Amino acid sequence: MAVWEALLELADDHLVLGHRISEWCGHAPMLEEDLAMPNMGLDLIGTARTLYDHAGKLEGKGRSEDDLAYLRDEREYRNCLLVERPNEDFAHTMLRQFYFAAFMRPYWLAALNSTDETVRGVAGKAEKEMAYHIRHAGEWVIRLGDGTEESAARMRDAVEALHIYVDELFDSSDAARDAEAAGVLPVRADLRATWERTVSEVFAEALLEQPKAAYAQRGGRQGIHNETLGHLLAEMQVVHRAHPGARW
Amino acid sequence: MTVADLGILRWVRVENGVAVAGVTPTYSGCPAVLAIELAVEAALRDAGFEARIERVLSPPWTTDWITEEGREKLREYGIAPPVKASGSIRSLFGDVAVTCPKCGSTDTEKLSEFGSTACKAHYRCRSCLEPFDYFKCI
Repeated sequence: MAVWEALLELADDHLVLGHRISEWCGHAPMLEEDLAMPNMGLDLIGTARTLYDHAGKLEGKGRSEDDLAYLRDEREYRNCLLVERPNEDFAHTMLRQFYFAAFMRPYWLAALNSTDETVRGVAGKAEKEMAYHIRHAGEWVIRLGDGTEESAARMRDAVEALHIYVDELFDSSDAARDAEAAGVLPVRADLRATWERTVSEVFAEALLEQPKAAYAQRGGRQGIHNETLGHLLAEMQVVHRAHPGARW
Repeated sequence: MTVADLGILRWVRVENGVAVAGVTPTYSGCPAVLAIELAVEAALRDAGFEARIERVLSPPWTTDWITEEGREKLREYGIAPPVKASGSIRSLFGDVAVTCPKCGSTDTEKLSEFGSTACKAHYRCRSCLEPFDYFKCI
């Protein structure tokens, strides 16, 4: 397996979550959030673009970032399942963002020592952006978890719904293992303790309990997705597929 | 205010008769990057050069690269410049006193972590009551 495929997995995580969170644009519960969510989406999509560009160059078949983003089908997408989960309500969206950022911040911090210069460049920017995401989403997890009866119930529902997707964050595919062995990307499993600490600190304030997962849902890295990803890709890719090669 | 004041324009050098400019994005998803690159390229062409832009990612841009003059121009424009020492966790997490660009008071409050663009947060001054943008530290 090749390093470029591991970068593709990482890029897919960022693009899919970036698109998901952008779906709130114009629908957020308040103006500040209507600004915050597309801005967080931009951070993620910006990171994805650099990773796609780099992956395409390493692959060496002339695929551009647009080719990789717009011209692959659901089964070819390698994102983890957490990021494709539908927005549902604001509690689901913020918990998903918090879980992802709590993983990616230590990931990028470790990637500052990557043997790959582009990865180091991405990491230097992204670890700071992820610090903002942890803080912003974490504040909402606390506010809703320790809020009204209604908001607390919604946050507990979100925890219940999303916790089966957590373990997959720490799995490394064959491609990722090769990239880890080459010192290009950090070892995912090593980040568990940091993630658990971040989550338990916020959950303690949010009066939430971390459930023990009865099982873990996996498959994204093999291209086995929930049906919701197909809908997301259809919306994201329709213009490019209707007008192949369109640029503006 | 120039892109050099902001530390976005890293360098310009002439290589084999071609003027090459190194440009760096502020945030990963900054939508202005392309517009800035095109404008720099156009400026070089207008000056009679053949021009090329190189996007530089490493080392990553930090708000510490905004020059003193750039900080002053931001303040004049009504945007509070970033608090120094972007590397510290205190400034990253917003645990800092932001000075109102209008009246100079430090009695300010954050209204929103994310402002009109990814690089800014929205604040309000409790002294003069003016709302203003704060250029976040990264």
